[in-house]
This record gives sequence, C-alpha cells and structure tokens, in this order.
Amino acid sequence: MKNRLLWVLPLLLFLCLLSSAKDWKTVRFGVDASYAPFESKAPSGELVGFDIDLGNALCAKMGAKAVWVENDFDGMIPALQARKIDGILSSLAVTEKRKRQIDFTNPLFDTPTRMVAKTGSNLLPTAESLKGKSVGVEQGTVQETYAKMYWEPKGVNIVSYQNQDEVYADLRSGRLDSALQDEIQAQQGFLKSPQGQGFAFAGPEVVDDEILGKGSAIGLRKSDQDLRTALNKALQEIHQDGTYQALEKKYFDFDVAPK
Amino acid sequence: MIDLIKQYWQPFLWGSPDHISGLAMTLWLTVVSCVMGFALALPLSVGRAAGPLWMRWPIWLFTFVFRGTPLYIQLLIVYSAIYGLDFVRNTPGLGAFFKDALNCTILAFTVNTCAYTTELLTGAVKATPRGEVEAARSLGLAGSNLYLRIILPSALRRALPAYSNEVILMLHATSLAFTATVPDILKVARDAYADYYLPFPAFGIAAILYACLSLTFISLFRKAEQKWLRHLPTT
Repeated sequence: MKNRLLWVLPLLLFLCLLSSAKDWKTVRFGVDASYAPFESKAPSGELVGFDIDLGNALCAKMGAKAVWVENDFDGMIPALQARKIDGILSSLAVTEKRKRQIDFTNPLFDTPTRMVAKTGSNLLPTAESLKGKSVGVEQGTVQETYAKMYWEPKGVNIVSYQNQDEVYADLRSGRLDSALQDEIQAQQGFLKSPQGQGFAFAGPEVVDDEILGKGSAIGLRKSDQDLRTALNKALQEIHQDGTYQALEKKYFDFDVAPK
Repeated sequence: MIDLIKQYWQPFLWGSPDHISGLAMTLWLTVVSCVMGFALALPLSVGRAAGPLWMRWPIWLFTFVFRGTPLYIQLLIVYSAIYGLDFVRNTPGLGAFFKDALNCTILAFTVNTCAYTTELLTGAVKATPRGEVEAARSLGLAGSNLYLRIILPSALRRALPAYSNEVILMLHATSLAFTATVPDILKVARDAYADYYLPFPAFGIAAILYACLSLTFISLFRKAEQKWLRHLPTT
C-alpha cells in the first residue's frame, strides 16, 4: 500500500507539470473599453478598436480564440496576476516600473507624446520655453512622470488632474498654458472636437524611451513565457503578411508601427 | 511596500518647499478654512440670533444654501464655473484670485464651514439661559457689552464640543481638494497607488495620516474643554 502511494505521487506531479505547460487554445485579454480609437464600445455593445482587431488577428495566427474581458485600467495588473485574464491588451505603455511586475510582448504600436497649446502660442516642449508657464497632465500617466522629472525642477509649473477631460477644461479656461498627453488621444479627443477650436499641437513630438516608454504592448504574467513567444511570433507574421498595415489604415491616417 | 514608503514618504508628509503636498497641505487647508470660517461665523451667528429681520433672513438663506448643497459641488462651482465666466477672468484682481487653485479651494471650504459654524453658534447663543441675561441686565450691561462679556463667552463654551466635530468633519472634507488639483494626502496616495498597484499600503498610509491628524485635533479640543468647561460635570 505504502509503496504504491510512493509511485502515485511523482506521477501526479508529472501530470501537474504537463497540464501547466498549457496549450493556448483560448487567450483571455483584459481591456478597458474607454479609449477610442484603440478600444471602445460600439452602440451595439460590441467591442471595437485597433487593439481589439490586433488581438483577434494575433490569436487567429496562433490558432487560438481571443476572449475579451472588460476591466478597469486601474485593476488590470492585479487581475492579470490573479489569473482572471491572461494578457492586458488595452493601450498599455511599456515602462520600467511595470516591467518589475509583469512581462511585455514586443511593442504593438508606438503613439507619441505631444503638447497642446493655444494656436500661435509658439511654446515648445522644453523647460526653457515653458519656464513660468503652467502645464496640465493626467495623474498616473507617463507624461506626468516625464513633466515632473524634467520640467518641474527647472521652474515649470506642472499641475496634475484626475482625468484628461479636466486638463482640457482648464486649458480652455486659460488656467493652463499647455497640456501634455498622448498625441492621438489629443487629436481624437480634443483637437478634432468643437472644444478644441483655437488650439493646436505645440512643438514636435516628445521623445524619451526611458519614461515615456517604447510604445504599447500586451502585458503578460512573467511565468507565461510560452504565450509571449507565441504572440511575438504571430505579431511578426501579421506585420509580414500586411494584416497589420491594413488594420492601421482602418483607424489612422499616419504610421503608428513601433520604430 | 518598503519601496513605496521610501519613494513617497516625503510627498506624503510635506512635499518640497516649492511644492507643498500631503499632510502639510491637508493641515494648511483645514486650519486656514476653519480659522477664517469661524471668524466670519461669529458676527453672522449673533446677527442671525438677535439681529433685525432684514439681517436674519439673508444669513438664514446663506446657511441654508451652503448646508443644503454638497461641498463637492460648491468646490466645482468655485473652481470651474466661476473662473469660466469672462468678466471674472477679465477683472484683474478677481482673475488672479480665481486662477489660483489653492485660493478657490480655501474659499469654498471657508464658506462651507462658515455656514455650519454659524448655525452651530446661533443655536448656542439662543440657548443662553434667560436668567443669565437678566442678571447681566440688572447689573447694567447692555448692547455689545452684554454680548462680549456674558452671552458670547457662555455660548462659545457651550458650542465647543459640537465645534470640535465640525473641525474633524472639515479635516475629512479636505480630501476633496484634488478635485481642484490641490495636492493633499489623498492625491499622494493615488500617485503611490498608480505607481506600485499596491492599494493597501497606498491608501492605508493616507488613512493613518488622517487618523493622526484627527487624533491631534481631538486631543487639542479635549485640552480646551478641560480648561473652559471645567465647571461642567466630567463625563
């Protein structure tokens, strides 16, 4: 009896190992559908956007099925670690801080950071040009970190807001001289709307790999290296066969592919 | 957790000389708005309790409006709506005042606590025992002398325990300050949370800081009560 038990234990252990080397038939992606044109909800309730199409295309290449789980952006990393989802596909910027907690695939797209100000303000996104001016940023964004690190010590007044809409509101009221955020978000969410009349991008895109990140990618658990390899391979394939470029054209009139 | 504390202890406590944040900002908001609110409420409460009708009604209306609407909305109106008006922006003094977020926040908090304190003190003034007033009158005290020497000292003593509550509530209400971009304790807690995704340490530290402040205020008021309410039976 005892002997037989001793046999069974290693066998069970082996079975466990086998089952953990999961064969990815379905991949559950966490998404916060509030960030058009990357992820949002159509009036029918269906999820739409560049990220959604990319995720579906990647899974199709892997021969897997993409399952979309809606989650608040705040709770995305905890949900990933609690195994409620297998990946975060929600415009998640790759940053050093996040890398301590999770792993990333290769970047899916790279949307630059750019400053918005009154048309003809002649402001540039540099500490010298902005000295004594007020710049609004959204709390918790990479742009906030950037402005606080490089501009604030040199006499630029950096003001953090609870959300991006409040930044635009104070930019319009004149409390702020400029606002720093994602370029595409600014274009789609502000400059193209009636509220954005009289405002424009000020200066060139802000480039900084360390803080602003190297684009957005899918966030994964550090233990799921097999999934990371599979997704990276699929990503390379959709770049090569033109699927990526077709999707890109559907949403943007400029290049968002990572450099 | 250790990293979070190492990185955020200074913003949590006082920030830097140029950018006050956290505990120092919360304390400043509470103290300034309570002191100014109290100073305004003192004459208003006398006017409301004993003034002529044309004085009583506007004060009643003021306290009704500011006690009848949420502080959050008052703050939004002072911060966003008023500065959105063209004539406010274009009047030099007003424009400069309302452009500054801290001014707007302190104004909203002051007016709000002033309304509550006015009601509280009015009640205490009205509750002055008739005998006390009659005794004072019989000794020849009248008008402002009667108020300054008899009614107000006794009313303020009576109002002290209730006023300590108002101060604690005001302290907690300052957690709305980040709505107007003022970096109080809660703002730093949100920063720390967004940075490390550790909700318990981030908000836990904020809760502990608020509790410490509350405790300090409570013990100060207890000292004051021991001094000025010595004549009352201790509970």
